[in-house]
Amino acid sequence: MSVSVAFEKARAEGRAALVGYLPAGFPSVAEGIGAVKAMIESGVDLVEIGLPYSDPVMDGPVIQRATEQALAGGVRTRDVLHTVEAVSGAGVPVLIMSYWNPVEKYGVDAFARDLAAAGGAGLITPDLIPDEAEEWLAASDAHKLDRIFLVSPSSTDERIAMTVAHCRGFVYATAVMGVTGARDSTSSAAPTLVARVKAAAGHLPVGVGLGVRSGAQAAEVGAYADGVIVGSALVSALAEGGLPALRTLTQDLRSGLTP
Amino acid sequence: MLPDDRGHFGPYGGRFVPEALIAALDELDAHYRKAMADPEFTGEFERMLRDYAGTPSLLYDATHLSAHVGGARILLKREDLNHTGAHKVRNVLGQALLTKRMGKGRVIAETGAGQHGVASATAAAYLDLECVVYMGEVDTKRQALNVARMKMLGATVIPVTTGSRTLKDAINEALRDWVTNVDDTHYLLGTAAGPHPFPAMVRDFVRGIGVEARAQCLELTGALPDAVAACVGGGSNAIGMFHAFVPDESVRLYGFEAGGDGIETGRHAASITGGSHGVLHGSRSYLLQDEDGQTIESHSISAGLDYPSVGPEHAWLHDQGRARYQPVTDAEAMDAFALLCRTEGIIPAIESAHALAGALRVIPALREELGHEPTVIVNLSGRGDKDMHTAGEYFGLFDSGEVIG
Repeated sequence: MSVSVAFEKARAEGRAALVGYLPAGFPSVAEGIGAVKAMIESGVDLVEIGLPYSDPVMDGPVIQRATEQALAGGVRTRDVLHTVEAVSGAGVPVLIMSYWNPVEKYGVDAFARDLAAAGGAGLITPDLIPDEAEEWLAASDAHKLDRIFLVSPSSTDERIAMTVAHCRGFVYATAVMGVTGARDSTSSAAPTLVARVKAAAGHLPVGVGLGVRSGAQAAEVGAYADGVIVGSALVSALAEGGLPALRTLTQDLRSGLTP
Repeated sequence: MLPDDRGHFGPYGGRFVPEALIAALDELDAHYRKAMADPEFTGEFERMLRDYAGTPSLLYDATHLSAHVGGARILLKREDLNHTGAHKVRNVLGQALLTKRMGKGRVIAETGAGQHGVASATAAAYLDLECVVYMGEVDTKRQALNVARMKMLGATVIPVTTGSRTLKDAINEALRDWVTNVDDTHYLLGTAAGPHPFPAMVRDFVRGIGVEARAQCLELTGALPDAVAACVGGGSNAIGMFHAFVPDESVRLYGFEAGGDGIETGRHAASITGGSHGVLHGSRSYLLQDEDGQTIESHSISAGLDYPSVGPEHAWLHDQGRARYQPVTDAEAMDAFALLCRTEGIIPAIESAHALAGALRVIPALREELGHEPTVIVNLSGRGDKDMHTAGEYFGLFDSGEVIG
């Protein structure tokens, strides 16, 4: 299921889509699958499954701790694909977010093939820019997967245009300079970046990730972006309060986006 | 001249980093290229190397060692005599000067053994830059003296408590800082690895090692050496030594990796010998990884070589067969460490002892192949003061008070 389905549905309802992130294997593979299902039941429109990696340079402490715990628990790439398979029938598109080396090690085409077979929609690549992505561009075409590259406030207009041209599904705008993590206030740079991306993106939706942790913040971001991406706050909720806290936060975030 | 415009050495190198860093890398690349073509910059860099760092470093004819091992003429490139005690001062002065030229006031650096941190803190003090050094918490304890040195020089040292709490995690943390503060901060990367343009830029700042050694050898012996040898962790001292000799096809290039307890044990830091192709810290090269692409923690008695990957130019030189890479175990390195102390009165860094041990190992075969006593330059990349605690423990000097021999 392409992610465009989720954005079209949200757009039809006059709101931004809620994109929720959880790493696979946290706190265990089985519990992680349960958590993603709970998140879907509580209102996310699109799911990102994180592939735990030993050197996650874009992640802040909350996500790094969770992925370290997942790795210490023995999570493997095949468990991540299994997680995708287990949740892909729940009615919303499912993406994997992965640093590049685990994908390359698995085999780029094999990864694309197995992700597609598991019912996954595509891949978000935080440390792979289109300039280096020749093999992934071919594999994602061959297996009809969405490919989501990142843009940032420091990106030039030329790079935004180039990156957008290689994206399929949506464009991921990292709207603050820095690592992932919940923040008290949203970024003043975000609306400007989204406007710049939209100028280049045409009909392609733009999702924003910048540390949203409440329904009120989601509403603020949802006013100018097509998708609101939430990671660290959901991971924290799961880590500290289990499924009840995860459901409560997801519902709060979703209510912030409901017109 | 490699790399290509996008930083590729054959299939290696490139930029595998968050998009947020691309603008800073483009800016760095543009400034670096312009600076290297500007006589004002290169003149100032050369002046600092000469007047402050103390280069050209000596090429020392190690006659006692040569006589002891027999059958070869061993020349030591004395980078240990540079200010701060290692080749690293060349790189940090170049990057710190470039930081000033870019109008940035803050540098961040990562360090394992502490030598690059000390060198960075030194260059920052000399050029009036704010300096923050990331160091794995495990390493801050192993290298407390170097932590004190960095603080004395005005740097802030931040212990890194994520992951394995060693060098690779310090690099991750420095990258995170850089993503957040890229407007006013330069990441003073300590080796010829990382995203483009770092591998080529660091190489260019340290290539004076080989340029000097080549000219000094010609003057001393009337000929090029038969071989040059250097230790390889990330690979900066080795690429600095090799680069000037790459076109000289008669000169064999040997890179000696940290073999730790032995490749077969899995406890080593030999990424070319015992690793496979992959992406880490911004570039594609050889690295130690498991079957899922997760980085495997490296092991070496030398904290300076204890890194799970290697600069991409070395990967390319290896694939081309232009340089030969072999592992040297901890035990072999420590034997060479003791030998140099006893024959020449020089205490080398344990990193450099790997180069010496490897050179001693290949000399017999080289002599047979050439039919004469080979002339071999060994890059003595650093001094051993920082390693005396490790050496003292290894040789039992603290327990018994006995003299080794």
